[in-house]
Amino acid sequence: MGKALQNEAMNIDVQTMIENKRKKKSVSGKLEKLIPAFLFLCAAVSVLTTAGILFTLLRESITFFSTTSIVDFYTGTQWSPWTGHFGVLPLITGTLLITLIAAIVAIPLGLMSAIFLSEYASDRTRKIIKPTLEVLAGIPTVVYGFFALTFVTPLLKNIVPGLGIFNALSAGIVVGIMIIPMIASLSEDAMNSVPNSLREGALALGATRLEVAMKVVLPAAFSGIVASIVLAVSRAIGETMIVVIAAGASPTLTFDPTRSIQTLTAFIVQGATGDTTFGSTIYYSIYAVGATLFVFTLLMNMLSQYISRKFKEEY
Amino acid sequence: MSGIDEKNNLKRIRGRVILNNVLKGLFFVSTTIGLIFLALLLYRILTQGIGYLNSDFITSFPAPYPEEAGIFAGLIGSIMMIAIVAPVAITLGVGTAIFLEEYAYKNRWTKFIQINIQNLAGVPSIVYGLLGLTFFVYMLRLGYTLLAGGLTMALLVLPVIVVAAQEAIRSVPSDIKEASYGMGASKWQTIRRVILPAAIPGILTGTILALSRAIGETAPLIIVGAATALYTLPDSLLSKYTVMPIQIFNWTGRPQEEWQFVAAAGILVLLIVLLFMNAVAVFIRNKFQKRY
Repeated sequence: MGKALQNEAMNIDVQTMIENKRKKKSVSGKLEKLIPAFLFLCAAVSVLTTAGILFTLLRESITFFSTTSIVDFYTGTQWSPWTGHFGVLPLITGTLLITLIAAIVAIPLGLMSAIFLSEYASDRTRKIIKPTLEVLAGIPTVVYGFFALTFVTPLLKNIVPGLGIFNALSAGIVVGIMIIPMIASLSEDAMNSVPNSLREGALALGATRLEVAMKVVLPAAFSGIVASIVLAVSRAIGETMIVVIAAGASPTLTFDPTRSIQTLTAFIVQGATGDTTFGSTIYYSIYAVGATLFVFTLLMNMLSQYISRKFKEEY
Repeated sequence: MSGIDEKNNLKRIRGRVILNNVLKGLFFVSTTIGLIFLALLLYRILTQGIGYLNSDFITSFPAPYPEEAGIFAGLIGSIMMIAIVAPVAITLGVGTAIFLEEYAYKNRWTKFIQINIQNLAGVPSIVYGLLGLTFFVYMLRLGYTLLAGGLTMALLVLPVIVVAAQEAIRSVPSDIKEASYGMGASKWQTIRRVILPAAIPGILTGTILALSRAIGETAPLIIVGAATALYTLPDSLLSKYTVMPIQIFNWTGRPQEEWQFVAAAGILVLLIVLLFMNAVAVFIRNKFQKRY
């Protein structure tokens, strides 16, 4: 009787008591201890993956930079690895050109889609259009590349004279289309999380829907919108197959979108598929290029996370 | 004396209303551009590829002539690849999610792992290819094999699965968890018998979507050495292999126009597989998702 009372007084943590008792039963007790260890190992794999990526890129890049000067690499304007010229600037400008064209296509279209879906469309329309738009994000990039080469480029040739079979314009536009759903969907989420009371307040003051969208919702959802754009741009930087297929393989220091260019990603593919032997300078150069690419996208991703954390409006 | 100039006000309001309507139209048109592009893409590929898409195409190996080429090696290769990716990525992904949601203390290390996973999701797929090339192909001496490709892909989709599984586990209400503890169940028993069954629809949906990404991915597999033309099926984990996107890429690169039709037919097969997987994901979500 006294013991029962004591138990009731110690009622604080029945679960712990039961668990203590359980642990005495050896088999299940061991399992209870082994499982977290196993799960921890699973979680460790993702950390090891990051470590592996850093290690791989660093080690091979360092080997590369022991034969090629790092200054020449980042300031050189000629990229022709098979004749020994390793100046990465043409690849960087190629990547920037594609990213710029993609951003010009995707940011306005994505934002306007997001405003339409969040501020104008009825619930039913949104429920149909949003998933359909997201289908665009699920289409394999090799399909986009095929489409850019066989449809968009011939189409653009009618409008833009002097357009090559491989050109930055067509690839950039298609990369832009590919990242529209990212911007539209994530921005729409951000705008959707702006509380309705703000909208109703503005509407009650006589604002039109447009004014509500532009002066109330957009500023309130700003951090989410910017984060989505940065994330999408980072995706454009890392996009590979579309540029490999549609933009060609001529590393040129140019901002002329009608010409063929080569991006960082496209060179990695070219360098890895050619008759590149393990241990050759070209083999190591793809890691130096990969490290450059990795730093670009990592900075963008961290910027996106920083923006959405730092400037988040809480309601 | 009236302070309100009604006429002027009406004029100004009309201007604002017109602007609102004009931009509403513009926003709508912008939204449809993405949709039109999607429709064009599907229509174009359908009309180009349908002529070459027949049972011979699905059961034939690559050939030097467009009429005889087929996607059999790629199709089987993709399926075998998923057979490697799925068990590895699901075990690691769900394990990580359970660890982070149920076991890990909310401290700096857990936060570090979390941020790390977020960043991994943003790493370009081709960088995973480089990781696979150094680590699986050369360091573990797997060579250009199915296993090396599969493991690379498993790492690629891992962050997506972790995030999906975490969300699914988090959305299991704590009531039923506490009810299980209250009945005397241990932590692992609760996870295995209460939390996981409740979270499985969400986990499966996210996993299938992640795997469908793996099926469509090309770039990392080029780096880790998937073959472009293969006349036999892989017979072990250490065989050479090819997958559908690689075959499509290879056909796309050929100059003669007929190969475009072959590529389009290959894309159709790929899209049908993806459509099927997505349909399964949607079905699972609608069928089994419980609302608490």
